[in-house]
Amino acid sequence: MEKRNVIISVKDLVKNYDDFKAVQGLNFEVYENEIFGLLGPNGAGKTTTLEIIETLRQKTSGEVIVDGFSIDKDPNAIKRIIGVQLQAAGYYPNLNLIELLELFSGLYGVSVNPMEMLAKVNLQDKAKAKYKALSGGQKQRFSIATTLINSPKIIFLDEPTTGLDPQARRNLWDLITDIRSQGTTVVITTHYMDEAEQLCDRVAFVERGQIIALDTPDQLIDNLIASGFERKKEVKKANLEDVFINLTGQEWRED
Amino acid sequence: MKTPYSHTKATLALAKASFRSIMRSPSAVVFTLAFPLIFILVFGFLGGGGTKLDIALAPGSDMENPVIVALEKTGLVRITKDDNLDNINKDLEKGNYDALISVEKNPNGVPAYFTNVKYTSASLDKGNILKSILNEISFNLNTQNLKPTVTEIRATTVSGRLYRTIDFILPGQLGFSLLSTGVFGTAFVFFSLRQNLVIKRFFATPVKRSSIVIGEGIARIGFALLGALFIILIGHFFFKFTLIHGATTVLNMLVLATMGVIVFMGFGFVVSGIAKSESTIPPISNIITLPQFLLSGTFFSIDAFPSWLQPISRALPLTYLNDAMRKVAFEGAGLWDVKHQMLIMLLWGIGIYAVAVKTFKWE
Repeated sequence: MEKRNVIISVKDLVKNYDDFKAVQGLNFEVYENEIFGLLGPNGAGKTTTLEIIETLRQKTSGEVIVDGFSIDKDPNAIKRIIGVQLQAAGYYPNLNLIELLELFSGLYGVSVNPMEMLAKVNLQDKAKAKYKALSGGQKQRFSIATTLINSPKIIFLDEPTTGLDPQARRNLWDLITDIRSQGTTVVITTHYMDEAEQLCDRVAFVERGQIIALDTPDQLIDNLIASGFERKKEVKKANLEDVFINLTGQEWRED
Repeated sequence: MKTPYSHTKATLALAKASFRSIMRSPSAVVFTLAFPLIFILVFGFLGGGGTKLDIALAPGSDMENPVIVALEKTGLVRITKDDNLDNINKDLEKGNYDALISVEKNPNGVPAYFTNVKYTSASLDKGNILKSILNEISFNLNTQNLKPTVTEIRATTVSGRLYRTIDFILPGQLGFSLLSTGVFGTAFVFFSLRQNLVIKRFFATPVKRSSIVIGEGIARIGFALLGALFIILIGHFFFKFTLIHGATTVLNMLVLATMGVIVFMGFGFVVSGIAKSESTIPPISNIITLPQFLLSGTFFSIDAFPSWLQPISRALPLTYLNDAMRKVAFEGAGLWDVKHQMLIMLLWGIGIYAVAVKTFKWE
């Protein structure tokens, strides 16, 4: 956090679909090696914003610079330094995980050892399995493995923990924290505030295509309390999720 | 900073992945290999034998006679020697036997034997064949020691190539195999890659669109050619499918097959673009493949169709592929000799890809 090198800068980003304004003048910066969270309700424009930065979608106007490359001029240079996990993306049918990783290393033009990639996300024993046969958490971890193939500077994770059970979610948090500690910048979207609070260094709240707040989770909470907000219910020292984890065990289950 | 990105490598990686996927897809294997092979098997066994006459030999016939021996030598009859008369008569009525023959030795010496034949109205046409066979045999046997008084017929036969059923059926089945792998395979793969966001994930990598199409094309053409080669070799070695110039003929056929599958893939791209859901792909694909399957001379020669139907047949690309394949395989034509057929396929190719470019959707 100390150096605050800007790795992504988004200025006045606008995206219109016909007559629907999905993104209306977004401005934010992502710093190198932080976990940056985009939060907001469904349809707020999070995914659209992400996909524009990922060069998958054309913007209507504005400027996006990723690691010094403009998305207008150098989309291919950007593709080579980012890893992308799409919400609900599928993989080539009938191939096992090793073969899928071989395919992606060909697509990225790098040579990697597929088993090492699987080891990074703890899926070695699923090497010969088909993607479809994986559990929800395993699918997400495999998706993350494909984002790491080109040793990217930034990875984008779009709702990686949606639909996972608490153990799988925590397991994924560990993985994401781990990836960040290797020097990778992480941009993540989520609906879970506990997740954002645990994981993200800074979060931006997006609502109707605009950013309505951007700061560290701590600071945002402090600001709210300073404004006189108080929870209706007294906060206990544990919540129901703690109970769940306590009863069903901490360790990650394969299925 | 990094090694330059290789589009060739990306294309080949895609081709490899796609090929693996096709080989593991049951529908691809069934349509490309199993169906055509089943048809070839059926027609191969049906067509191989030619006409055979079923003849019962009456119990108590003299076995040491030259008539039966000569009959068996013709290779045109199947003689049952140990059936009882009751059964024989029943089967004659049903037409299961084409005739009953009994041969008796003549106790008076000349002629040495009487040959009695009982035909059945249930099988008149085969009875007539038997009649002429018997006439010829008896003429030959009777004139063995005689000089003809009026004329001697000296017949020779030009030794031509035997045109078997397989020579007609196999190219048709090959065409069908290429058509279905081209249309169904391409349509399903691109539709599902698009629907499951596989292509979108590809676009997040530096791969070019052309690499995706070409990689997929290489895999599908490779698979189709492998299937074609398999069908040709099975046909050749098990059913005596005629390959006039051997390996050269096979090579020419594979060139035609490549051209065919590229054209048919164009239809597949169009289908994948206009299909609204996975379940609309088979009906749309069938609208394209079924008429060609029936009208393009896959099973019957187009000449056998009523004259009003023939122009429709002659408009379909598979007709020309089948035609060219048969000319190359059986008549030994070179590729230049089938340029007319290839030109029409090329025109179809240009037309269909023009439509495909308009209708194809990436997302």
